[in-house]
Amino acid sequence: MPKDKTLKKVMVIGSGPIVIGQAAEFDYAGTQACRALREEGLQVVLINSNPATIMTDANMADRIYIEPLTPEFVAKVIHQERPDALLPTLGGQTGLNLAKQVADAGVLDQYGVRLLGTPLESIKRAEDREHFRNMCLAIGEPIPESVIISEVDAAVAFARKTSYPVVVRPAYTLGGTGGGVAFSEEELRDIANRGLTMSIIHQALVERCVLGWKEIEYEVVRDGADNCITICNMENIDPMGIHTGDSIVVAPTQTLSDREHQMLRSASLKIIRALGVEGGCNVQFALDPESYNYYVIEVNPRLSRSSALASKATGYPIAKVATKVAVGLTLDEIKNAVTGKTYACFEPALDYVVVKYPRWPFDKFSFANRNLGTQMKSTGEVMAIGRTFEEALLKAVRSLEIGVAGLHMTELGHLPNDQLRARMARPDDLRLFLVAEALRRGFPVSELFELTRIDRFFLDKIKNITATEDLVRAARPGPARPDPLTWVPRTGTPTGAGAPADAGTPTGAGAPAGLMPGLLRRAKRAGLSDSTIAELLGTTSREIHRLRREQGVEPVYKMVDTCAGEFEATTPYYYSTYEEEDEAGAEDVRKVVVLGSGPIRIGQGIEFDYCSVHSVWALKEQGLQAIIINNNPETVSTDFDTADRLYFEPLVPEDVMNILHKEKPEGVIVQFGGQTAINLARPVEKAGFNILGTSVADIDRAEDRERFDRLVAELGIPRPPGGTGFSVEEAQRIAEQVGFPVLVRPSYVLGGRAMEIVYNSQELLEYMADAVRVTPKHPVLVDKYLLGKELEVDAVCDGETVLVPGIMEHVERAGVHSGDSIAVFPPQSLTPEIKQQLFDYTQQIARALRIRGLVNIQFVLHEGRVFVLEVNPRSSRTVPYLSKVTGIPMVNLATRICLGATLAEMGYRGGLYEETQNIAVKAPVFSFAKLLDVDVCLGPEMKSTGEVMGVSKDYALALYKACLAAGYSLPLSGKAVVTIADRDKDEALPLVRSLVNLGFEIVATEGTAAFLRSRAITVEVARKVHEGSPNLVDLIRGNKIHLVVNTLTKGKLTTRDGFRIRRAAVEMGVPCLTSLDTARVVIEVMRARQRGEAMPLIPLQEYVS
Amino acid sequence: MQAVLALEDGTLYYGRAFGAGGENWGEVVFNTGMTGYEGVLTDPSYCGQIVVMTYPLVGNYGINAEDFESKGSFVRGFVVREACDRPSNWKSGGTLAEFLANEGVIGLAGVDTRALTRRLRTKGTMRGIISTETDEPEALVEKARSCPDFSAQDFIPMVAAKDILRYDGGDPVLALIDLGAKQNIVRCLQRRGCTVVVFPPDTPPADILAQNPAGVVISNGPGDPVRAVSAIAAVRALAGKKPLFGICLGHQVLALALGARTYKLKFGHRGANHPVKDLATGKVYISSHNHGFSVAEETLAPAGLVITHRNLNDGTVEGFRHRELPVMSVQYHPEAGPGPHDSEYLFDEFLKLIGREGN
Repeated sequence: MPKDKTLKKVMVIGSGPIVIGQAAEFDYAGTQACRALREEGLQVVLINSNPATIMTDANMADRIYIEPLTPEFVAKVIHQERPDALLPTLGGQTGLNLAKQVADAGVLDQYGVRLLGTPLESIKRAEDREHFRNMCLAIGEPIPESVIISEVDAAVAFARKTSYPVVVRPAYTLGGTGGGVAFSEEELRDIANRGLTMSIIHQALVERCVLGWKEIEYEVVRDGADNCITICNMENIDPMGIHTGDSIVVAPTQTLSDREHQMLRSASLKIIRALGVEGGCNVQFALDPESYNYYVIEVNPRLSRSSALASKATGYPIAKVATKVAVGLTLDEIKNAVTGKTYACFEPALDYVVVKYPRWPFDKFSFANRNLGTQMKSTGEVMAIGRTFEEALLKAVRSLEIGVAGLHMTELGHLPNDQLRARMARPDDLRLFLVAEALRRGFPVSELFELTRIDRFFLDKIKNITATEDLVRAARPGPARPDPLTWVPRTGTPTGAGAPADAGTPTGAGAPAGLMPGLLRRAKRAGLSDSTIAELLGTTSREIHRLRREQGVEPVYKMVDTCAGEFEATTPYYYSTYEEEDEAGAEDVRKVVVLGSGPIRIGQGIEFDYCSVHSVWALKEQGLQAIIINNNPETVSTDFDTADRLYFEPLVPEDVMNILHKEKPEGVIVQFGGQTAINLARPVEKAGFNILGTSVADIDRAEDRERFDRLVAELGIPRPPGGTGFSVEEAQRIAEQVGFPVLVRPSYVLGGRAMEIVYNSQELLEYMADAVRVTPKHPVLVDKYLLGKELEVDAVCDGETVLVPGIMEHVERAGVHSGDSIAVFPPQSLTPEIKQQLFDYTQQIARALRIRGLVNIQFVLHEGRVFVLEVNPRSSRTVPYLSKVTGIPMVNLATRICLGATLAEMGYRGGLYEETQNIAVKAPVFSFAKLLDVDVCLGPEMKSTGEVMGVSKDYALALYKACLAAGYSLPLSGKAVVTIADRDKDEALPLVRSLVNLGFEIVATEGTAAFLRSRAITVEVARKVHEGSPNLVDLIRGNKIHLVVNTLTKGKLTTRDGFRIRRAAVEMGVPCLTSLDTARVVIEVMRARQRGEAMPLIPLQEYVS
Repeated sequence: MQAVLALEDGTLYYGRAFGAGGENWGEVVFNTGMTGYEGVLTDPSYCGQIVVMTYPLVGNYGINAEDFESKGSFVRGFVVREACDRPSNWKSGGTLAEFLANEGVIGLAGVDTRALTRRLRTKGTMRGIISTETDEPEALVEKARSCPDFSAQDFIPMVAAKDILRYDGGDPVLALIDLGAKQNIVRCLQRRGCTVVVFPPDTPPADILAQNPAGVVISNGPGDPVRAVSAIAAVRALAGKKPLFGICLGHQVLALALGARTYKLKFGHRGANHPVKDLATGKVYISSHNHGFSVAEETLAPAGLVITHRNLNDGTVEGFRHRELPVMSVQYHPEAGPGPHDSEYLFDEFLKLIGREGN
């Protein structure tokens, strides 16, 4: 079936900001979709609120709308653009829901817009539990017994009939909030009660829980001619009970026999046919490890996180193929882009093992509950490829960047056995580390299986790892021992070194005694990192690296080709392994390596992938071979056709250096991959490779506190006074010298809460007592906290000329992390003098640091004076946003500067670039609803997971769009809870008055109420939480409150009232403002909304006219 | 213990020996299936071959006799990247190594199987020697070069039934000419209510007709189809008298019997992911393959045959029908075992063919 000829213009819905559960995978999917549509000669209209994406780049679609993802705005875009069709299945759940909403509202019919791909009916069949159940029953596919309840007793009756455990899923709560697994009637009563309370319709689904069964997924594609294929199957190492997003996953399945695999594969095809999906679909099964019984757990009739993973794991471009299917092509008409010869209608064969490992934000949220369950908590993930499971697993662990080189965490060594057992029985983010620790202590696999229900296969593999560690440890310098390995696998020809020559040969001088080449090779084949081997032998990883090179134990690189070598393929997508044949053979051309940014985590999101991709494109444009190293399967940078060569590898010195030694590039670019890449600059340079752009020495001058202080002092640029405290006393002395409040943070972040503003000596002591241990090796930085407006500048510099595309003004004062602040461009309240001052400082600093490429500088405007806070000699979070609104291709310019170009040669003058007519507001997006126990108040530690942008010629409207896009459901009237810390009361007064003028009724607790009443404001008094019910929290939970303004009172003890108020607000979806600055602009927005102004849409292509 | 695989082009692959010891020769082929090694090991079509699995982890779910395709293993050697010694599956009755040892099959683990596969893909299928006696690797290469030609071997007698066997089902009664049949062919037909009578490969056609079967299935099996002389003759005699269904080697035998020709593929199709297009409906099926020979397309028409199925990857003939006679035939495995079950519908089509022709 050829492409539908009546199609001319297709609209694509993106997935919006990064939140837990919906990350960069939809940028990857959306980008592939846009490209695939344009390949078919179609015009593309795109709506997405997330500016940090590749898909919202001007060259990705004909018309791009960075607008809130609401039905209203989708309808506006449809009205303005009149597309022929809408493609809804590539923007995650967000895109799907929106399509459903606009279809239900009749918008599609009104404008004659067709829905492409999977029909709406199919989507409903898959998404609606009742429909889905009926369909499964009709086609004879087993689903777990379940019941919909509105009373606790009904849940108990069901559980008595089916047996425990059961899982409770409250209706209409976000991402499983309030649900859980009950093992006994007591627990069930408790959970069901809570779940029903939290459900707005007082309803919950209770389902038989097959805890401990294997969790298996299939990625399936179907075309309009009913051709169905499975792309990949995946096995969750964590059995049922842990959200698949939080599970460690291996592809393909490892413990399923062909009979089991074919049974589930056939079921997947049956389901996708019954649903009538046209495109991609994900089917999840629970499989009994002791029989052929299984259940269908869930179906996603769209591209998902799993399909992104399956794409990267197999090399099969699912999003691209799904898009082509959506416009009418059949699978046998679509070429397999990987081989270039065969067609998309086949099932990939893997000849390697893929492991996906989630990245959790518990380093930032140290108070969060780390237990894993039905609610996803990870922000991102890494993927690793190896020829053994052990190799892939350990590569994945290295890729996480959590400060470990293998499955070993020193601190777990102190856990007593009983605690170790207890923790393994309740899964948390460290479970595999706990398993490895237990194996090292000699726990039998059978016991670990009983505790964790992780399949023995995987436990045995981890045991292989610890057993290999033992072998290496046994070779620690001491009396010479024979090589424990009696043969070494290798290939050769009869004329060459065909015989196993190096088996048992002692190593040369300088090798740790007893470390034979056979053992070294065996350890590497088992995936042990150089660091791990070094640690076990009591030497350095440098020494192991040297030894490996000396003994020829070096990795080879193999290709991901979708067909296990059966056909010749040309995709330059490689992974390393310790075997014989290398397929990647470095080419003798000019080439540059770009280091990517690894997993999405708080503080390092999709924006750095945006930058990496743009750098790759710039290199290609300049005729160089662009090589990327990255390990995040969700990203555009790890798409096989982004760079000239893709190495899917951990971003740690060992793996990066192996590639560099092989490729010998003329340079390495580190400034676009966030802190991950910057951290690699020093080791890369030390190994003799050339860092392009700002030099390592200059990077160090910007990052090292002492050297940076000296630099700004020499330049005469003011910065907040402060110093480095090497002891508690010294820190106190500095604080008293500069005066409270002070901003304190450890110079070395070990995880846990890091940065805090403290207002007096008592708080400072508390901070040093429980947040950081101050030692001479790990001093604490103490800076005067200057109250004022925070300003941020991104600049491009060629070492001499400095171009500042724009200054961004933060809505929240300094002290709120810049990533969590609402940023406004161009600034709304700065005088020309201040702007000039900011430019001058930027120019001075950039020149002094000999920046070649990008630099990001943060300032505070305190009592009319500009102070510099921080300099990041790399691309920043705001680069995509600023590039889009100014039209300056910042990363492209910076990359060319790295290669030696000057701004003048590229047609740019230095200076502060002319401001645009449009006002662009960037707002942070949080995932608090998914992370219980996390305080939502804003502070110096970043907490947001993503961002959105609102653009308008009018400031208030731009703000409104940004707030709307960020998901604040701003009420226009109702009841507002106001609880204000004493020090903020005067400042809050005009805000409260504004709320009253807008028509809000004010609710407050006694203290704030008394203050407001004394200022002639009518207040309803509510009880504090500890004063008993009904109190403020009850009011919020009872849906009586529409807005919460709550500023932080002293201390961060999670038991405090403020915390409970804020959590209640988040869980009930009530906007909760913890900064008076945010409150001020929100009130402005509400005022604008009350005026009801029209909101014209501006496509990105018209930002700069 | 060390083992080695020596190819006739002079390449040597060293690894760890597992399973049986000794030395054996065969044609070295690779299979890209990610599961289904028990089916591969017990598929009689692999007789005379040393099989390389491209998926690196083999033996993970152990050995389960219920999934065997014949009584034992006929492979000459089994080469893997990693052989699992601690399998995990509720159905597992032992390890891969134990099975190979019992069956007398030499296993070789620890090999860069991707490199080996790429070599076979580039140079084509080769003869090789697998040995646990590796003192003189050069001598092994010489031996590999002097192995008998694969096409000069008669493998069918080594694997096929010696006596007539009857698998009772219901009606209709079908004859299965056994050239080395996979048990799943019988299972698939039985599941459809058929009684299956299995005939040895050299059964005279009259003996088959004497049983008055409703149709005749010609099974899969090992080796070059031109060696199946008596089966070819029998099929020629049955054509037009009974509806015929050829599977894999049976398909090639059927083609030869009706006057078409076969040829050897460079490295064959072995795996569970091959797309085959049914030309009548335009639908594509993912199918299980195991064949080193193929029917030459240009010889079909003169033989009165019409191509019905084509491989989407390389365009080779995957199925045909006869223009007039009740004959259908596929190069791949509708019975799966291992592999996808998508093509089981072909058995239904054959039963339809019988229904149309039988009365």
